[in-house]
Amino acid sequence: MSEEIKLLKGNEAIALAAIRCGTDGYFGYPITPQSEILETLMAEMPWETTGMVVLQAESEVAAINMVYGGAGTGKKVMTSSSSPGISLKLEGISYLAGAELPCLIVNVMRGGPGLGTIQPSQADYFQTVKGGGHGDYRLITLAPSSVQEMADFVGLGFDLAFKYSNPAIILADGIVGQMMEKVVLPPFQERKTEAEIREQSTWAAQGKPTHRKPNVITSLELDPAVMEENNIRFQKKYKTIEENEVRYEEFHCEDAEYLLIAFGSSARICQKVVELAREEGIRLGLLRPITLWPFPTKAIAGYAEKVKGMLSVELNAGQMVEDVRLAVNGKVQVEHFGRLGGIVFTPDEILVALKDLIINK
Amino acid sequence: MELNEIIKPENLVYEKPRLMNENPMHYCPGCSHGVIHKLVAEVIADMGLEDKTIGVSPVGCAVFAYNYIDIDWIEAAHGRAPAVATAAKRLNPDKMVFTYQGDGDLAAIGTAETIHAANRGENIVIIFVNNAIYGMTGGQMAPTTLEGMPTSTTPYGRSIALNGHPLKIGELLAQLEGTCLVTRQSVHTAAAVKKAKKMLRLAFENAMAKKGTSIVEFVSTCSSGWKTTPDKANKWMVENMFPFYPLGDLKNKIETT
Repeated sequence: MSEEIKLLKGNEAIALAAIRCGTDGYFGYPITPQSEILETLMAEMPWETTGMVVLQAESEVAAINMVYGGAGTGKKVMTSSSSPGISLKLEGISYLAGAELPCLIVNVMRGGPGLGTIQPSQADYFQTVKGGGHGDYRLITLAPSSVQEMADFVGLGFDLAFKYSNPAIILADGIVGQMMEKVVLPPFQERKTEAEIREQSTWAAQGKPTHRKPNVITSLELDPAVMEENNIRFQKKYKTIEENEVRYEEFHCEDAEYLLIAFGSSARICQKVVELAREEGIRLGLLRPITLWPFPTKAIAGYAEKVKGMLSVELNAGQMVEDVRLAVNGKVQVEHFGRLGGIVFTPDEILVALKDLIINK
Repeated sequence: MELNEIIKPENLVYEKPRLMNENPMHYCPGCSHGVIHKLVAEVIADMGLEDKTIGVSPVGCAVFAYNYIDIDWIEAAHGRAPAVATAAKRLNPDKMVFTYQGDGDLAAIGTAETIHAANRGENIVIIFVNNAIYGMTGGQMAPTTLEGMPTSTTPYGRSIALNGHPLKIGELLAQLEGTCLVTRQSVHTAAAVKKAKKMLRLAFENAMAKKGTSIVEFVSTCSSGWKTTPDKANKWMVENMFPFYPLGDLKNKIETT
């Protein structure tokens, strides 16, 4: 059978991939620039085909708590939103992490703070990888830079979420959400049956058979000694994820004198910068973190003594640059270049910034 | 009557519900939660729904409901139980899903989730324990606190000018097309307990038959929060709560159709 290639927006790709990945439920609330996810799902009516439930919630808060309820019964459930809406969901995200529930969250970022703008941004990096909600928790964070990755990361996100019993998040932005590209959608996968859920997710609240103890989904533990134990268990899990799930992509890094570090849409623009620089004889490479948590610390550290400088290129005021600096530990100069408030940089201005901040400094 | 005669099965007037476990309850003496828990456990066992039931516990005194009734539970964030239950039921349409919430959880921080779940007619039961006060946090004003009623955050009594009116959320929910049963009960006498159990069972039957949202409100006491004795709390409830929150069905589509 030949591959089925479609021309889709990133947001549409996420919706169609969700139906194909055996997702049991989607709960969301409209917000620009990601409303096409809910709209596409409603138009596709997957409840008629795969049995997937799609519900427009009364708020972002309700939507994430629907995810909590569905995930608590062992179902494969997801939500999506954009920056201000994700802020509203953070309480629920902390509960999901605290109760160790697998689920998928999508953030198609826009400029902030506050109501901000509907134009693209990457200013929710801190919010996503450093916490955001209360307590010591981590989200497995995937940063797509193409419509193909928007589609692929739905299945990958769910797989990682279930593998580690932890929420996963796709941290996209308005560019990758709205742009259209060719995409190959994943093959159809059956939704799990109740018997499979009971067998594979023995913790799920599915109704208590006489022979087993009640399953209780909760993040509450009033005994601080036990609560500390729980936290130690979480930290061990996070360490395992950091050891096993780092993903990144390298572009012309092998002979690089200078390195750009960029994720998502910024990385797409930075590919062009690498080409322009090399035309001028500057040996420039690009390292694109695909997982923002776990962060490719070791890979970046490996270049600390090989290159003369690194530029972290982000659509924000300098967030990921802190993790890059932690990775190289002062061994090489690391600078940041960004545009703010929904403005997207051009390849030329990034190249100028590289020269001004690092090469000619 | 001899003891051996009294304990014969035909003379049995009370037994501990099968689904209630041996954990000592954290509820205060005289609190209504214990009796309401017992009714929930009995209805689930009577209907044979133990292996199909998912309870959603709130934040508030009943946060630990899962410690006492041996069924599967999901403990929700404050006020979000109806949203949690919405998804649990929609994704598992043949299960019995109920929430168990206090007045602060259901009628203050969770008002939006409550109204929208009920308006969508989710096939769930919402058990609403209304004792007009925040028990867990030490007796602060609730949305249902009566005018003039002293609490730790209304030390001179609830003032309408300062705090607004007590919220009759049961009456509000009865207006919504999605609700099939909104009934207000109490558990302060044996007769009231019997009536309440009947209505709770009807609510559970509605949810299993997918007839819409059923809400069973229990006007309840909180002798600790009210700073009184259990006996006086019951009297105070009858004299002050019942006139403002009268018992009975606020809506019962099932009986009338």
